[in-house]
This record gives sequence, C-alpha cells and structure tokens, in this order.
Amino acid sequence: MKSEIIIAGFGGQGVLSMGKILAYSGLMEDKEVSWLPSYGPEQRGGTANVTVILSDERISSPILNAYDIVVALNQQSLDKFESKVKPGGILIYDSYGIHQPPTRTDITCHRIDATEATFEMNNSKTYNMIVLGAVLKSSPMVSIESVLKGLKKTLPERHWHLLPLNEEALNKGAQLIKD
Amino acid sequence: MNDKVTLMKGNEALAMAAIRYGADGYFGYPITPQSEVLEKLEEEMPWETTGMVVLQAESEVAAINMVYAGASCGKAVMTSTSSPGFSLMQEGMSYMAASEVPALVINVMRGGPGLGTIHPSQADYFQACKGGGHGDYRMVVLAPASVQEMADFVGLGWDLAFKYRCVSMILADGLIGQMMEKVVLPEQRPRRTDEEVERQCPWAVTGRTGMRPKNIITSLELDDDIMEANNLRFQATYRLIEQNEVRYETVDTEGCDYLIVAFGSMARIAMKTMELAAQEGIKVGLLRPITLWPFPYKEIAQVAAGVKGILVPELSAGQMIEDVKLAVECKVPVEHTGRMGGNVPTPEEVLDALKNQLIK
Repeated sequence: MKSEIIIAGFGGQGVLSMGKILAYSGLMEDKEVSWLPSYGPEQRGGTANVTVILSDERISSPILNAYDIVVALNQQSLDKFESKVKPGGILIYDSYGIHQPPTRTDITCHRIDATEATFEMNNSKTYNMIVLGAVLKSSPMVSIESVLKGLKKTLPERHWHLLPLNEEALNKGAQLIKD
Repeated sequence: MNDKVTLMKGNEALAMAAIRYGADGYFGYPITPQSEVLEKLEEEMPWETTGMVVLQAESEVAAINMVYAGASCGKAVMTSTSSPGFSLMQEGMSYMAASEVPALVINVMRGGPGLGTIHPSQADYFQACKGGGHGDYRMVVLAPASVQEMADFVGLGWDLAFKYRCVSMILADGLIGQMMEKVVLPEQRPRRTDEEVERQCPWAVTGRTGMRPKNIITSLELDDDIMEANNLRFQATYRLIEQNEVRYETVDTEGCDYLIVAFGSMARIAMKTMELAAQEGIKVGLLRPITLWPFPYKEIAQVAAGVKGILVPELSAGQMIEDVKLAVECKVPVEHTGRMGGNVPTPEEVLDALKNQLIK
C-alpha cells in the first residue's frame, strides 16, 4: 500500500504542518514516510506545497510528478495540480475563492467548504485539521487514532488541551465529504 | 513502533548525530537551505549536556578558521554551510589539508553559480571532488541519499578524518537537507577526555609539552624539498584512501540493459525512474557512488561491461559524468541529463532522457 499526496495552498494555511501531522501519523503505524516541502524565502502569503508519501515499502523518490491525492486549497494550486492527479485518483479542493472548478472526469473530485467550516467552528486555526479530516475520510490511509497519537507526540505538553478541539475539527472535516 | 525511530529533517539529523558522536565543537554561519543545523544545535543546547561548543561565527571565513584551530588541537570539530558559503571557506580547506588536520565540513548545496537560489543543486561536485582550494589536495567526499545517511555519515566522516588526518566532507543538497524521513540516531557517546585526545592525536597542539617535542601545526614550508616531501606524504595517504574507502550501492544491476549512475537526491529520483521503466519492460540498474572521492571507477567499469548505455542524471550541467566517462573508457555510450539553478527533474523526465538519448 502506498499513498502519494501533495497538499498545496497559501503560506499560513497550515499546509506544511498538515503534511507533517500526516507523516507522523504514518510513523505511528510503522509505515515508511517522506515529507518534502517546497521551501521558499517567504514564510506567509506565498504559495506553499508539501509532498507526503506513506508506504509499506522503501520510498524511492520523495519528489513526484503524479499523485494519488491532490489537496488544492486555492485557485493557483488547483490550476497547477489538477493535471497531476493520477487517473482514478482523488482531487480535494476548498470551494472558497474558486472561480474555475476542476473539469477532469477520470478522477474523483471532492469540493469541500473547509473555510466555511472554520467559521462554524469559530476558529480559523482549525482549518488544516478540517481539511485533513476530509482527506482521511476520502482515503483512510491512516486512522484518526494515529493522527491524534502523532499530534500528542509532536505537540509540547502545554498544548495537549487542544487535542479534543483537533479531534472535533477532524470529524467536522470528515462530514464535508459527500458520498 | 520502535521508540528509537524518529522523524526529522536531514539537516536536523546532522545536528543530532554530531551531538551523539561526542563532538567537541560546531562553528558556522547560517545560510539556506541548511540553517536548521545551527538552529537544532542551539535548541538542543549540548554545551549544557556533553559540553560541546556551538558558536555562530561572524562569517564563513571565520567559521572555517575556527574549525582549523579546533582540529589542530585534535578536537572533533565541524562546520556546515551551503554553496556560496563553501566558496568562502576554500582557503581554510586548503590550509587544513596541508596541515593534515582532521575535520568534518558539510555542504548542503543550492543552485548557483553566485548567490544563486536556495533550492537543491549538485553543481559543487567539481569543487568538492577536484579541489576547490589551491594545491594538490583531496578530501573524502560522502554523498548521503537519505536522512538516515545524513545521520550515519557524520560519525563515518569524523572516523575517516581521524584515521587519515584529512578533511571529510558531507556533500548533500537542499532536498536531502529539507526532507523529513524516518531515522535512527546513533547512541550517545561521551566526548573524549584530554588524555584520550592526546593518545589518539599525538601530533595535536594540546598546550602541555611536558617531555615531548613541540607540535607545530602549519601549512607554511619555504624549503621546496621539504614541501615536496610533504606533498609525497599527502599523496601516499590519498592512495591509501583510494584503496580502502571506496563506497557505493547497486540496485538491480544484475542483468540490466541500461545503467543509471547518480548520487544523493538524484539517485532517489532515479530509483523511481527505474520503477517506471520496469512497467514498460525496460531493465534499468542503478549504481550510486556513496564516496564521490574516492570515486568507484573500477566498480562502475565492471557493471558497465554488460550494459548498452549509461545515463548520468545530475542537478548540474554535467560534472560527475566526467568521472563516469573516465571509468568506462569510451567502451559504453555515456549520456547526461539534468536540471540547473535549483530545479529538480521529475522521475518521468529522467525516463524520457533515457529513452531519447540512449534507447532511441
């Protein structure tokens, strides 16, 4: 089993940390993992993307040209990566600010209202966990338990009180995927 | 899950492995894409645990000369930098080679020439392997292709440096430095005591002469005959390193029709190219030099004997390809492909190059 994923959006949306949480979740399940950021001089506002690979076998290239799952969190990222979804793969995009939706018919497209969901949760910082919830609902490559275990391992103890909020955000995200 | 397995960036693994080796000192100046080495060391504060010194110097020139000084005292000292910073260090590299002091220098390469970009490159191959500084000198050049090797080569680099009294270099790139993978760090070793340093490095300046003759560390020798004798001694050491320390990895080279020779991150991309090629029924093997100097000439020649062609993908205009050509002596077609300036080819691009340039 191997999942090749790219998450792309604006800097500040939590793209890199979402990838990191996914990678840690894979580690919790003893998978081989790689996490490769597109690092840039800008910390915020620029485009950011991260490639995450979870696999049962040794991972060859950490850099890819085609993905099982593309997560596009703005129009630019959607434009850039729609063509990079493998046939039969999954494209998840946030509807917020999208004026040109995807057109491919050989892949599964999930339009999610993740930005709106943050308004409902009254907390914009839950954004990337909502998106991750949606990703794992559409392709359960790791369990929610592993995500929470991974979070606990990476977060300093003073932030552990936020774990229930993160779980809530993951569940909220899962509900955004319509069958 | 094995508790010893952690997830970290290649740059962080370098820092952690240095502390675990029992290093005495790190001297460096921040530059992307390797600033996490210094950041991680500052975060870990090893001066409070092992006593390791961590110092942000005022420039790369200062950093390399601090390394020169520490190494002259027989200490396990290091620096890390990226391409433009490494250029600034070349005088120190040549002086350290001439003084026969052991040190570890890390270059996490970025796109050049000049200040260039902050993205991955392998265009400092010539500078690392053919001598970036002046004079006839060599250093051991290790090319990691994973975060685990970033950690492992810190200890290996220092071991070889002390064994041969030479400088060891880890030649990585922005991709290996910035990516996170699983890694198992070495066990914590204590730093050597003063007595152990004196025993291991009887040539070192240790500040207490006692009954022994003075140790003088210098690269200056105005008598031509003595300087030539020094050079002959350096060369004898280099021949010994060439005999003993060639390292490489082969993947699926048995019965392959085409061979890829690639190092570092490019070797990882090439392994994906091999998967894609296999789906199309093309048998491709990989030979990955782990030591870029000493270079695996003989080993490449042996594998090359059975193949129709060799592709050398590099993140440069083609530098290692010259050594591959020397290895095969024109008996097999050797082609280069690559990107420059911080761009990285996809596995598909490498496969296209293989088809267009060699299979046709």
